[in-house]
Amino acid sequence: MTTTTETSTTTNFEAQKGKPLLEIKGLNIGFKTQNGYVEAVRGVDLSLGQGETLAIVGESGSGKSTTATSIIDLLPGTGKVTSGEIWFDGKNLVTLPKAELSDIRGREIGYVPQDPMSNLDPVLSIGWQVEETIRANRVATGRKEVRAHAIQVLKDAGLSDADKRLKQYPHQFSGGMRQRVLIGIGLSSRPKLLIADEPTSALDVTVQRRILDHLETLTRDYGTSVLFITHDLGLAAERAEKLVVMYKGRVVESGPSQEILANPQHPYTQRLVAAAPSLASRRIQSQISPSVTHGVTVSDVGSDDALRIEQAHEREAAASKAKDFIKVENLTKVYNIRQGGFKSLELKAVDDVSFEIPRGTTMALVGESGSGKSTVAKLVLQLESITSGTVAVDGQSIGALKGRELFDFRRRVQPVFQDPYGSLDPMYSVGNTIAEPLTTHNIGDRASRQARVRELLEQVSLPVSTINRYPNELSGGQRQRIAVARALALKPDVIVLDEAVSALDVLVQGQILNLLTDLQSELGLTYLFITHDLAVVRLVADNVCVMQKGKVVERATTDEVFSNPEQAYTRDLLEAIPGANFQFGA
Amino acid sequence: MPSSPSQLSADHFVADLEETPIRAVDAVDESEKPRSSWTDAWESMRSRPLFWISGVLILLIIAVAIFPGVFNHVSATSANLNNSNGSPRAGHIMGFTYQGQDVYARLIVGARASLTVGILATLICTVIGIIIGALAGYYGGWLDAVVSRIGDIFFSIPTVLGAIVIMTTIPNRTPLTVAVILAIFAWPQVARQMRGAVISAAATDYVMASTALGVSRFRILIRHVVPNAINPVIVIATVSLGTFIVAESTLSFLGIGLPGTTISWGNDISSAQTYLRTAPLPLLWPAVALSITVLSFLMMGDVVRDALDPKARARR
Amino acid sequence: MVWYASRRLLQLIPVFFGATLLIYFMVFALPGDPVAALYGDKQPSPEVIAQVRAQFNLDKPFIVQYLIWIGHLFQGNLGTTFSGIPVIDQLKQAFPITFRLSMLALLFEAVAGILVGLVSGLRRGKIFDNSALVVSLLLISVPTFVIGFLLQYFFGVKWGLFSTTVSAAAPWHELVLPAIVLATVSFAYIVRLTRSSVAETMNADFVRTATAKGLPRRRVIYVHILRNSLVPVVTYLGVDIGSLMVGAIVTEGIFNIQGVGGTVYKAIQLGQGPTVVAFVAIMVIIFMLANLLVDLLYALLDPRIRYAK
Repeated sequence: MTTTTETSTTTNFEAQKGKPLLEIKGLNIGFKTQNGYVEAVRGVDLSLGQGETLAIVGESGSGKSTTATSIIDLLPGTGKVTSGEIWFDGKNLVTLPKAELSDIRGREIGYVPQDPMSNLDPVLSIGWQVEETIRANRVATGRKEVRAHAIQVLKDAGLSDADKRLKQYPHQFSGGMRQRVLIGIGLSSRPKLLIADEPTSALDVTVQRRILDHLETLTRDYGTSVLFITHDLGLAAERAEKLVVMYKGRVVESGPSQEILANPQHPYTQRLVAAAPSLASRRIQSQISPSVTHGVTVSDVGSDDALRIEQAHEREAAASKAKDFIKVENLTKVYNIRQGGFKSLELKAVDDVSFEIPRGTTMALVGESGSGKSTVAKLVLQLESITSGTVAVDGQSIGALKGRELFDFRRRVQPVFQDPYGSLDPMYSVGNTIAEPLTTHNIGDRASRQARVRELLEQVSLPVSTINRYPNELSGGQRQRIAVARALALKPDVIVLDEAVSALDVLVQGQILNLLTDLQSELGLTYLFITHDLAVVRLVADNVCVMQKGKVVERATTDEVFSNPEQAYTRDLLEAIPGANFQFGA
Repeated sequence: MPSSPSQLSADHFVADLEETPIRAVDAVDESEKPRSSWTDAWESMRSRPLFWISGVLILLIIAVAIFPGVFNHVSATSANLNNSNGSPRAGHIMGFTYQGQDVYARLIVGARASLTVGILATLICTVIGIIIGALAGYYGGWLDAVVSRIGDIFFSIPTVLGAIVIMTTIPNRTPLTVAVILAIFAWPQVARQMRGAVISAAATDYVMASTALGVSRFRILIRHVVPNAINPVIVIATVSLGTFIVAESTLSFLGIGLPGTTISWGNDISSAQTYLRTAPLPLLWPAVALSITVLSFLMMGDVVRDALDPKARARR
Repeated sequence: MVWYASRRLLQLIPVFFGATLLIYFMVFALPGDPVAALYGDKQPSPEVIAQVRAQFNLDKPFIVQYLIWIGHLFQGNLGTTFSGIPVIDQLKQAFPITFRLSMLALLFEAVAGILVGLVSGLRRGKIFDNSALVVSLLLISVPTFVIGFLLQYFFGVKWGLFSTTVSAAAPWHELVLPAIVLATVSFAYIVRLTRSSVAETMNADFVRTATAKGLPRRRVIYVHILRNSLVPVVTYLGVDIGSLMVGAIVTEGIFNIQGVGGTVYKAIQLGQGPTVVAFVAIMVIIFMLANLLVDLLYALLDPRIRYAK
């Protein structure tokens, strides 16, 4: 049995050059849940040729990961392929016996998972985990050969000191390095196909770029076909020749990447392309020379963007009256990190940071993880004490505020945090959540508070019936709206948005950004917008501070930063935006 | 294939719009009734037969403990040596003890002592554990350091072992003293659990958001942190009610639990052991009653844990 | 690792003094005459009382009493029993028996418990799993002494397969039945703990990745799932040694084994308070040391602990 398959495989391989390596036909996948049977993937067709790269793009819940994991029979929980065929290299993987499929996994189809933090076994050393892969796929045998091979695999994946690091454990590696290890494991037996499930979405953009570049080089050298799963249209366009757009378990559009992005046909794809901030920002840039900003017409850019640019100019004009509504001077924050025993380490999270935010404008604070941007947010919110320097809001220095004064200050500056799942108390109904600021500050009676809650819900475009719901019933975007409503309840002057849209799907993200922009022009709000995503900055910010390792490395208006970045680091960040280099066809 | 513009290349596929209608981005589903996490938990519990079985048993046991007269009309203490270790007969369905007392009557009356110890010990140790654990975890610093070290000390003495030492020195033992002494050695487990849960609940964004609103620190603890940290403690409390009942019976079995004059299941098992070879029934019945009681609370604990932990619910 | 071990050892010191002080305080410093209380109904002769008073230095201030007592403890002077034998001599005789008994019980509960728990966790919702769950719940809810009596009654009295008591020398084979009795409750807890731990680990991302790497299922189970699932189980073993000690008192009492537990059991029955206190204090100390061992085992299993500063 095995011998016949082996021989047929090799002949097939020769015969099939140029033919599809992977072909999925009419795939249906269902999950059994408490509420019955749910179809997660419906009638998906796709085909991937030898040496090609194909990206499946979609938002969370679109079925893109489910489709990918079904190829190697790794569907989570109760998931099951109910019908359809998955042809890989002449074999239908759906009907293949488990033992044969296990043989294909790793050896012929490699897999790079999404979250580098949770995908390595925490109790086994890195070397062990690479070596067992090599042994299981019979890439090498014998202790020494396996070890040598493991070192080579890790070196190829970009860990130059691999031989020294074999004995280390995952928790001693950074996220980027873990992802390199996982890529090394995925490619260790030079598979014909690599499935990369959002391989870099948990990493910083510059790290992401380096790793993806590296992955591209390796797969090109090995002639590996790549199946990319991503939510990021820009990344997909940049890295894949072919694109499959999925929506609610179905393929809505597929074809050559360039063509789809330049000429999206399905309304959903059109929406996605219009909302992708990286692409939009590139468009604005490519057609506007810095001197003639005002010459933009609605047909050049999406109408939303044009409107935003117009609004930004109005705000800038208004802002010149109150240049330093928020004034941050020489702000420094030092943490003492206990190192066990009596040692402690001083960590300068924020180092001599200064900037001003004119009233009614948006200042974006951009940086990668560990840049200190979120700490600045906490200092401005007075959630952490200032080590040295000052933060003044409307002329009032806030560092020394105590008791009643601090309590009053809190009415003026409000936060919206990143994690839509963590920023609302799951035990509080939506109504109670939004009313909390009002009860805390003793504003109005029950009835008037209730009325204000309804008003706020309308302001953030949520139905009034949401008032009795609980956070666990709402989507990420809806929760974030509620967080915005809570922040607005006290009619603040300033809202600090700490990665407020980062965890959202791109369409929802666009909606929230629109909402924030509308609220700003309506209520004259001043935003401090903390983000790692420069692409989003383009859409909302008037001024930008780029932070790196606690310091502000560049400070300028948004236009200047995007058209004429002065610092190499800013340029790196801009370069690293997925899709930034993508050139549109038409 | 849908009608596609002619400039599209051959492999550019566009789905039929009617087959893939697009919905409004992120609309609220208004068709379902609002549900809090408690509603979810209740619905999860309600759907499990184990919940109803253990719930009915627990209610029955509590009823027996409060109104023994409803279930039994025979004296539990009057002894007739003619009936010593007598077999069951009409009106005395479980037979007699060595002293000739009615086993069934003692079973009914003894429920109160066992249950009292279990409930009191659980209440005391849960309340102490919650308060100490919450304060230590929330305020941290020296308070946490001191409380954690003290907790370590109590934790290093196994509950029943500690109780044995102290019980040997206490002459007048009542259900309350037994409960207090068990709770003294058992609170650190609750406190540790609570402390951990409070620390993770206090690090959430909603706590930070409330701080930024100007809500006072203590109010945040009471209104946000504790309600979100209490679930694991509820589970522990349900299960430990059962284990306290076992602990009491073990102490009584050793002769240092409730005094011999108190009618309790543990005491009855203890006094029946001598005659095990000839008359196993007087030992068996209270043992069965004890086990069913403990089992009910354990099952309830399981159901509650599954209901309060959405992860466990999904896994089932 | 060395750093971790020495840190754990250092942390043990205050706990050790705290725990012994606590026990001592509760026995001797609470209101009432401790000597009278210690002997309950069977008051000894005035000479014995005087001797006990002298032994525990009850005329001196509390803290001095404690320091003298702990000093004696370090010198191996644990006082004398009711019948005048030094406690330390009796301990030397009794300890090996209890050690054998608990090792047997520990072996049984760990091996059987982890095995059953693993199979249960891997086949969640199947017949094996459901019956394992029911049986473990039943075992937990029946107190050890009832299980002891039942097994003694059926295996010893009714079927005559084992002798109902253990001889003074307590050889290994005679300890099998008592060890099973001693292990039952903990066995049930380990089954449940392993089961839920395995169920949780099975859903971990790294397990899926291990499968995707091409590892055969057996390897995924034994190397990745089992190893990670054992971490909480080992933590439980530490706590469990405490319940084994209490269980030993009960079990050795029922089977008339002359180990540490049996001695405590008899001392309790006879109202010999000082012997109880001395032996239980020693059990607490052994419990602490055993927990130290468990912590080290834990660190061996989990590198994150090992490398934590």
